[in-house]
Amino acid sequence: MINLTVNGQQHAVDADPDKPLLWVLREDLGLTGTKYGCGVAACGACTVHVDGEAARSCSLPLRSVAKAAIVTIEGLAASTALPAGQLHPVQDAWIRGQVPQCGYCQSGMIMTVAALLDKNASPTPGEIDSALGNLCRCGTYARVRKAIQSLVAKA
Amino acid sequence: MKRRTFLLGTAAVAGGLALGYRVWSAGFDAQAAALAGTGTGAGALLAGWVKIGADDVVTVYVPHADMGQGTHTALAMMLADELDADWARVRTERAPADKAFANRFLAQGWVLQGWQLPSFLTSTVGAGFAEAARFINLQITGGSTAVRFTGQGLRVVGAAARSMLAEAAARRWQVDAKTLSVASSVVSHPPSGRSARFGELAADAATLTAPSDPQLKARRDHKLIGRSLPRLDVPAKVTGEMQYGIDLSLPDMLHAAVRSAPVHGGKLVAIDVAPALKFDGVERVVKLESSVAVVAKSFWQARRALDALHPVFDDGGNGGASTRTHFDQQARMLADGKASSVHRSGDAEAMLKAAPADRIVEATYRVPFLHHAAMEPINATAQFKKGELIVWAGEQDALGSKAALAASLGLAADKVTLHALPIGGAFGRRIAQTSQHLALVAEIAKVVSPRPVKMIWTREEDFAQGAYRPAVSTYIRAALGADGRPTAWSQVYVDLAGPGRREGYQIPYDIPAQSLNVVAGKTHVRTGTWRSVAHSQHAFYTECFMDELAAAAGRDPFEYRRDLLPTGSRLRKVLELAAEKAEWAKPLAPGAARGLALVESFGTIVAHVIEASLGADGSPQVHRVTAAVDCGDVCHPDNATAQVEGAIIMGLSAAIGEQITIEQGEVVQKNFPDYPLLTFANAPPRIDVHFLASDGPWGGLGEPGLPPVAPALANAMFAISGKRQRILPLTAAA
Ligand code: FES
Ligand code: FES
Repeated sequence: MINLTVNGQQHAVDADPDKPLLWVLREDLGLTGTKYGCGVAACGACTVHVDGEAARSCSLPLRSVAKAAIVTIEGLAASTALPAGQLHPVQDAWIRGQVPQCGYCQSGMIMTVAALLDKNASPTPGEIDSALGNLCRCGTYARVRKAIQSLVAKA
Repeated sequence: MKRRTFLLGTAAVAGGLALGYRVWSAGFDAQAAALAGTGTGAGALLAGWVKIGADDVVTVYVPHADMGQGTHTALAMMLADELDADWARVRTERAPADKAFANRFLAQGWVLQGWQLPSFLTSTVGAGFAEAARFINLQITGGSTAVRFTGQGLRVVGAAARSMLAEAAARRWQVDAKTLSVASSVVSHPPSGRSARFGELAADAATLTAPSDPQLKARRDHKLIGRSLPRLDVPAKVTGEMQYGIDLSLPDMLHAAVRSAPVHGGKLVAIDVAPALKFDGVERVVKLESSVAVVAKSFWQARRALDALHPVFDDGGNGGASTRTHFDQQARMLADGKASSVHRSGDAEAMLKAAPADRIVEATYRVPFLHHAAMEPINATAQFKKGELIVWAGEQDALGSKAALAASLGLAADKVTLHALPIGGAFGRRIAQTSQHLALVAEIAKVVSPRPVKMIWTREEDFAQGAYRPAVSTYIRAALGADGRPTAWSQVYVDLAGPGRREGYQIPYDIPAQSLNVVAGKTHVRTGTWRSVAHSQHAFYTECFMDELAAAAGRDPFEYRRDLLPTGSRLRKVLELAAEKAEWAKPLAPGAARGLALVESFGTIVAHVIEASLGADGSPQVHRVTAAVDCGDVCHPDNATAQVEGAIIMGLSAAIGEQITIEQGEVVQKNFPDYPLLTFANAPPRIDVHFLASDGPWGGLGEPGLPPVAPALANAMFAISGKRQRILPLTAAA
């Protein structure tokens, strides 16, 4: 049994310590908002927050995050001081900007951006590009940029 | 728009109104009702297409898969607009994969309007295409058909339902229906002040006969069509709640990881299964003809155990094939001239023979295999129980895939159920012809019956077992007249798709003598339909070669093309709009240049102007893309823009860096690190999409933004360096 803190809740997980966090979230905790895209830290679809940092959960063995506070897309809004039921500002900007197409990459995209803006409320275009290594096959990059800019302008 | 007659049928469910397109046989009405009737309580099914509940909720059944094109929203808008429904109460549901929901609008589109049948459909529907009855099996998302065909049909259903609801009110109040007005899901009678909600009228309306030729609104009367309403699918896609095929969980479900013969067509020869069985959670190893599967309690356990196996596959005799042998073979085929004609006007060969050598331009182009690389890897879930197969999967063509599956397993069609789930991108990958993953999961399900099993392909397996855009080539020659205009164009191109309808080769310019010919190539590599299908290569050939002709004639590429298009034609207007919006004539900083391309595909005309420069390594840096689009009317401008933006990014990604190569018969690329998709850092800082409102028929939008991308970029690179790049990807020869 390994104890894991996800979205503020403690879980005792009965899984191999080598099992990547991605699959623990999806299979052991039923949190399927975090997606499998490549398994080799190359696409960002599996991005979650580990102690406030964006991290690619496909490449984090369970044992390495046992003491960490993990936040997934399902707990993103609640991880801030927002009233229950309200969306995180990044999610909100995504709706306003009608960003997703198929949507599969967007959990990872939103988690990456939320962590970025948490550290740096007004990133430059260059900083945005280098923080966002996430792949989107539907090609939503232009809208992601616009949505981020709408948040930066607000800040 | 051409006036059409539509047959409409009604079917009442639990005391409400049911209306839709007349089904081919009476039994389907009841079947559709039974399937959809359970959806939202006591409601009324509108013949498989729309259901109005007593609670006023209007549910539109959409026969297309949601894979990100926003069509569910657009189609619901088209129906709701004609219905005058309150948009806040409109929902969409994916129509079940059942004959009762076969997409007749799609069939109508191709049969009656003489649209060209995309080649990927030919084997689905067989040779007797004109026979309308065959279309019962169509439920396809592809060929950019949703808004063009289905949407127009749904408008008719909406209009018919509106008139039936009004008629029901007229009878109830004993007034003339002409004195009624309908707005926001309420029918009212202004003279008496009476009104009734749709939900209150639905049951009565269901007893009426559907009008045979309901009146569609004029464009100026549209309240929803033409507006960028928030898409219905977006909220669930930002909260992580959207459930794709890969997210499915069933009671008692097992998980499978698979590896199939890396040389397509190969067979499993030998395997020692013992190493896998040592791992926790592993239930069994399943040996199949061309694959091995490990079945375990979780996917990660299955995958880890599979990695410990060393299956031996044969190569089916194709172990000597490589990208080099593939293109060498094509070069021989192009050279030996044994091609069959697809289009001929004038005598191009004679004119080329007669032309002086310095007036002849010739070139060879080639494009690589491309992988779809949708972000959601291939996956599917299946359960075999009491001789019946249930499959849950994200498929673009749920009915076709279901039929193919039944055939491959030797099951009667009614023993197979397919639940179509949302897809994390498909781009032509998940159609019936290349749905071998469904047969694979079904085989595994047979072995572990009666437990359900979810199979996920690792990204590596997804790359190895793709259905790639064919790697093909062409040889073109043209003669220029004294004024520089082309007088003759002779082309032979390789097609790997085999027999069937061909598309994309047409030349839109005024060239008097044309000889277009095809030669059928061969490969053991599985090929399929990749966003925009054959247009993805033909646009590159035709539009790059046009640029070569302009250069040989010493003319500006924009003016050269424009002068070969009839004044006032849609093509010319689109080209002019793109040039104007991109400031074609305005000088750029040294080292930067513009290129353009113009392509018509799926009923839509698109011109791109791409502004680029070259990086230190010679690779293209795109600064700005300007698109001009004529797709007839635009249902949802924001979503239409998003589709074109996405197609531009996918087109750039492919043009700049994507290629699948073959060595020793196997696909070389394993995962994203060796198949570089375009990233944020390389995405153009500026994309502008301009729509040209035209009265042309509605065209598609999911695909047409893609074909002009590669040639526009290649032409920009030529404008910068004077060096012509005739091979994709553009970085290959840099
Ligand atoms: S799945 Fe983790 S980065 Fe792709
Ligand atoms: S929205 Fe489909 S992959 Fe990004």
